[in-house]
Amino acid sequence: MSERQDLEARLQSWRQNQKKETMEYVLLSGAGILTVLLVWQAVVMTGMVNERVLPAPTTILETLIFKLGNKAPDGNVLSVNILASLQVALSGFLSAIVIGVPLGLVMGWWTYADRFIRPIFELVRPVPPIAWIPLVVVWMGVGLQAKALIIFFTAFVPCVINSYTGIKLTSKTLIDVSRTFGAPNYEIFRKVGVPSALPMVFAGIRVALGNSWSTLVAAEMLAASAGLGYMIQIGRTVARPDIVIVGMVVIGAIGAGLSLILSRAEKYFLRWKINR
Amino acid sequence: MPTEDNRPIKVEVKNLTKRFGDLLVLDHMSFNIRKGEFVCVVGPTGCGKSTFLNCLTRIHMPSEGDLYIDGVPADPKKHNISFVFQEPSALPWLTVADNIAYGLKIKRLPKEETEQRVNQILDLMGLQEFRNAYPGELSVSAEQRIIIGRSFAMKPDLLLMDEPYGQMDVKMRFYLEDEVIRLWKELGSTVIFITHNIEEAVYLAEKVLILTNKPAKIKEEIVIDLPRPRDITDSRFIAYRNDITDKIKWW
Repeated sequence: MSERQDLEARLQSWRQNQKKETMEYVLLSGAGILTVLLVWQAVVMTGMVNERVLPAPTTILETLIFKLGNKAPDGNVLSVNILASLQVALSGFLSAIVIGVPLGLVMGWWTYADRFIRPIFELVRPVPPIAWIPLVVVWMGVGLQAKALIIFFTAFVPCVINSYTGIKLTSKTLIDVSRTFGAPNYEIFRKVGVPSALPMVFAGIRVALGNSWSTLVAAEMLAASAGLGYMIQIGRTVARPDIVIVGMVVIGAIGAGLSLILSRAEKYFLRWKINR
Repeated sequence: MPTEDNRPIKVEVKNLTKRFGDLLVLDHMSFNIRKGEFVCVVGPTGCGKSTFLNCLTRIHMPSEGDLYIDGVPADPKKHNISFVFQEPSALPWLTVADNIAYGLKIKRLPKEETEQRVNQILDLMGLQEFRNAYPGELSVSAEQRIIIGRSFAMKPDLLLMDEPYGQMDVKMRFYLEDEVIRLWKELGSTVIFITHNIEEAVYLAEKVLILTNKPAKIKEEIVIDLPRPRDITDSRFIAYRNDITDKIKWW
């Protein structure tokens, strides 16, 4: 019994330590951001940089609050721009996952599929996603589909490559275990290949998410009428750097939010992954 | 042992030969294993023990000869063959219980029977309280026990073990050796256990097959006629051990 009490006391102290470490981490990260904002504010307030070139953080905050309820100068309130951008980014990103991940897994597992698809993929892969814009405009005009397709190209490549590499790294012993139990190849693919590739697949999805969100502005250069990229464009046209920076800050914040959601999903699906 | 002679032949290996190009690794090996027999295979390092096992499991196809289970050529899809690999091979994304059920699900056993066998193994191994843990949460030796449990849960026609305790310390090895004997007696499986540890072979086996240096042939079959539990300090135990050591010497 005393051994149990001792264990529980040690667990308690370990938990307290963890809590303390998390707190320290949060405080330090907060202090870092605050320092940058303070330096920025000081640089603008002391006149080292003209406010018309770089507005102060307080001005950015005012513009952000203003944009929550006002349509000027781009014709949409902030929430409409956010929703429009999310729609474009997520439809491109999600289709890249739905098509790219299975394609990479199948290519990595079956040699014939690899030989058939890989040459085409290798030819398409080095083409920068932005180079597709003119062609996409000719094919699809400038609607949601066209913009989503640009995002798709940028998210598709890391999804395929990581899934391909992940499944290629499947432990031969685990494959042999299943084979000696008499499992057919497709069952080994499903029960061993796919779960074993998951950590790499998630890493690919993370890269894809970053790419999608950062290509958003480029995609919204295609004659959009709403969206964060569009808002940034208008900010540039009317010489309002505060609008441009609000757009950038919101893109950054939503990107971080999406990344957090992805981390949670990853933590759930890879809950078995424990480093001994 | 007179009782052994009454057991029917379960596994027949006839002229098993394996070549990789010009390299002859296994040279016309023939032997029989009776139903429920525990056979240890010992041989010099690099003599082809792993190739031998891989041929038995059909990971490699033999160049000549074959392996028969109950008179028909071995086929992992038809027969229950279980393999305990030297390296840890629990599926890290499955819980302990799901790992033990893994082979049973591949064989499409009814759900109730799968559940009953998993529980039986968990009870026998004292792993019930860890049934929902992931292998990564346990020690390496506990992971190896899961794998051994998974293999016995199959009630295999043939259970092959390739130096499963190669990475364990002496204490853990003795403990696990006793556990394997307990599972084997309880479930009556037919076992081929590969080891380079002669003491381990004498401790476990009813029969020891000694392989020659490459190309591997069966040098001798030795029946270990000792009561269980065996005592490694017993003079007859030591005599068996020394005898096998002398026969295995290739230098």
